[in-house]
Amino acid sequence: MSNKDVKTAHAPSLPKYDKMVRNAAGRMVPTIINGVPAVPYMGIAKYRPEGFRAAPRLVSCADYPADGNKVVPGLKEALIRSGLKDGMTISTHHHFRNGDLVATQVFDIAHELGIKNLMWYPSASFPCHEPMTKYLEDGTINHIEGSMNGALGRFTSAGKMKGLGVLRSHGGRYQAVQDGEVHIDIAVIAGPTADQFGNCNGVDGPAACGPLGFALADAQYADKVIVVTDHLVPFPCIPWQINGNYVDYVVVLDKIGIPEKIISGTTEITKSPDRLLLAEWSARFCDEAGLIYDGFSFQAGAGGTALSIGIYFSDILRERGWKARFARGGSNKYLVRMLEEGLVEYILDGQTFDLDGVRSMRDNPQHTWTSPFTSYNYHGKGNFSSMVDIVILGATEVDVNFNANVVTHSDGCLLHGIGGWQNTLFGKCVILPIPLFRDRIPVIRDEVTTICGPGELIDVIVTERGIAINPKRTDLIEKMKNSSLPIKTIEELKAEAEKICGVPAKPKFTDEVVAVVKWVDGTVLDSVWRIEE
Amino acid sequence: MGEIVTTGNKGKTVRSDCFVTLELTTSGGIDLKIESKVAVMYGAVIREQALEILDFFGIGHALVKIEDSGALPLVLAARLEAAIKKLVPCEKSWLPPFLPENSYTTEKDRSRFSRLYLPGNTPSLMINAGIHKPNGIILDLEDAVAPDKKDEARFMVRNALRGIDFYGAERMVRINQGERGLEDLEYIIPHNVNLILLPKCEHPDQVRAVNEKINSILANQSSIVNRQSSIWIMPIIESALGVINAYSIASSAENIVALAIGLEDYTADLGTRRTAEGAESFFARSMVVNAARAAGIQPIDSVFSDVADMEGLRQNVLRSKALGFDGMGCIHPRQIAVIHETFAPTAEEIERAKKIVFAFHKAHEQGLGVVSLGTKMIDPPVVKRALNTINLAIKMNKIAENWRETYEQ
Repeated sequence: MSNKDVKTAHAPSLPKYDKMVRNAAGRMVPTIINGVPAVPYMGIAKYRPEGFRAAPRLVSCADYPADGNKVVPGLKEALIRSGLKDGMTISTHHHFRNGDLVATQVFDIAHELGIKNLMWYPSASFPCHEPMTKYLEDGTINHIEGSMNGALGRFTSAGKMKGLGVLRSHGGRYQAVQDGEVHIDIAVIAGPTADQFGNCNGVDGPAACGPLGFALADAQYADKVIVVTDHLVPFPCIPWQINGNYVDYVVVLDKIGIPEKIISGTTEITKSPDRLLLAEWSARFCDEAGLIYDGFSFQAGAGGTALSIGIYFSDILRERGWKARFARGGSNKYLVRMLEEGLVEYILDGQTFDLDGVRSMRDNPQHTWTSPFTSYNYHGKGNFSSMVDIVILGATEVDVNFNANVVTHSDGCLLHGIGGWQNTLFGKCVILPIPLFRDRIPVIRDEVTTICGPGELIDVIVTERGIAINPKRTDLIEKMKNSSLPIKTIEELKAEAEKICGVPAKPKFTDEVVAVVKWVDGTVLDSVWRIEE
Repeated sequence: MGEIVTTGNKGKTVRSDCFVTLELTTSGGIDLKIESKVAVMYGAVIREQALEILDFFGIGHALVKIEDSGALPLVLAARLEAAIKKLVPCEKSWLPPFLPENSYTTEKDRSRFSRLYLPGNTPSLMINAGIHKPNGIILDLEDAVAPDKKDEARFMVRNALRGIDFYGAERMVRINQGERGLEDLEYIIPHNVNLILLPKCEHPDQVRAVNEKINSILANQSSIVNRQSSIWIMPIIESALGVINAYSIASSAENIVALAIGLEDYTADLGTRRTAEGAESFFARSMVVNAARAAGIQPIDSVFSDVADMEGLRQNVLRSKALGFDGMGCIHPRQIAVIHETFAPTAEEIERAKKIVFAFHKAHEQGLGVVSLGTKMIDPPVVKRALNTINLAIKMNKIAENWRETYEQ
């Protein structure tokens, strides 16, 4: 109870942030965020909070309908019955990506009811959430904790958000809920197929999106849980990815998502010859370094380059008669093809990017859904991320100490969320295939604009003009000693880019913090600063 | 109001380029507007460079707008110079620094399996072309450039020759036909171009005209960066008349190193269509191969235009190699690997070359002037070809560099 009262206050009287200190990454960060104390980053695996897991209020089944029918007429009704009021934390999930029709409606209703100072706690935001800027402006929403993409990022970088933005990884989001850093008052869970009891899944229905793992913490820990569906089936909804026993209300709408936007266009294999070269070299690097073996495991991000690596892995596996024991999704048709060809034995999947992924997850027992709890959670008794052999990721910038940035661009503007990126850095070999420069913008800098991942966890940078191995990975350096691949130092790569592009000027910031980047353990890794007009 | 001119490209899909709008005025100094997607990092540098170039050409009063999508300095320079010269004809050139890496020369008989066509007015495709390791890159001033962009493309190609590292690929330019083509040479000859592709070649006179022009440029210019003793020429046969004159063209000058065929125009000239099987061009291809071999130069095949069909490309290369061609054009970097792999010497060819090269070294060690294999004497060109095959095989990682140490006859 007391826990809740402290954590859900987003009163405008509280300071946005306070008490700046220099953390273990050398960055100035606040130790008071939206009025709540925060711990500065201390280094990898250094922070051990004590105490107990947070918990929602006790409930009694006696207060719920015995016939199991929790359907209420409309989202507004459900929000009112959930006790929506000023200063609450409202969560949504991002399994519908850019096709989400639910999150904005929640705040349309809040606005209509004159509610103020809400905190929006999405698992990620997308361009379709641009309308939220008007609610950030009029005070319906105080601030966002989660991710601030595109228009919301620009809004934040311009210093227009009332509260301080907080960026967390998928695992960090679960951690924050578990240790009570964030208490969700109302979770609104879009469920592509649901029954009247609130059981729901993402593998069936017109808005099928695959798993619903990003909503798991919300279901388990929120005070009130509303499931919104456009495909109500009679009890039982099988499979149930979200258990109806957590759910307070069920709402049926005409349409909860736009299928063609749920299936994101950015998840096609790249046709760019330069990106394909990066993918090919990354795969060759893995092979020459002995990282690929019969029974290995890998995870590739959603970008076109990362996806293309599967093609080259497939060639290697097929030729040797090997298999990957498991691959971590984001899955799509390419990974599904590997599963169906027998080149991958299991897909452990956090999100599906296309209909082949959804179909496979629904029909193939070897394609299973996961959640941030199983995959990434800091307060779990272990998680999957450190068990993966090869992790292929992207970045907007990398510095000469291998620190990497995924949230801001070189112009200083906040544009992306962290996603699972930080969490997957714990894989055994982390490889970043990135172009040495994008148009005229070099990717390798003296110092990244924002640190999202400490360099000690990033092993290899693959660019089209050479491959740099982290000097800490003497084992990889030794293995690649006689490689035909162009192995260079990161300083050499940086110099090469600057010779072509010129040395870029740094963005100009004011001394005002507009958001913070949390590390996977909940400590504050870096600050995002307001851009000078 | 003065005349307003524009150069360069803009739009949603345009990258690494800029669009320049220029109007000369009579007073008020330089009014320079820059809209750049890299403004935060390079806005000040872009302004400084633009002002420097305007000053270099003596422009004191003008309205200038630069819409930049991440153009490298050599691209910005080409766009601005082209715009200025549309309004103020002038002998001077604003040259970006010549990269020392670009001063390499090429051998007459180097391998020319692949040559990658790059549209001469599209800088985004040039910047990374070399990393895909084609044997040659072609900066195309001819068909890949829209008619109204042909003037500005000259500055782009010139600056690319000076400032873009193509990582050892033979630096080729395809000039236009006729008088325009001869003018094109003025923009490229002084900047260490390795080879000139001569389109729609039908008569040895065209080769002579190009050579005369090259020689006059080399003789008259002072600030020439040209390391190559001889600038190579590759005529392209693209018409019925060109096919008939193939040998006289191929043998018309010492600096002709290869004879290429262009099938799209050729089939149009015949009044037929290009097919996958290529029966309609069999005669022409054979003529080109024969003419080139008779003249002691390399026969080079046309491009394969379906960039998504890698298996079709592979079959095409196999047919091409069987006809006697030494290489072909490509229009997408993904085609390069398939072309190299398929034109590369086969295991059988390598084994034969190993025997000859081994015998050659043995003869050399024994101080013998004549190489023989068993009872057969091996002619020097055969030895040379075998050495080429072995070098190629080493370069392509098909055999180890020290293969002779473990070689058993």
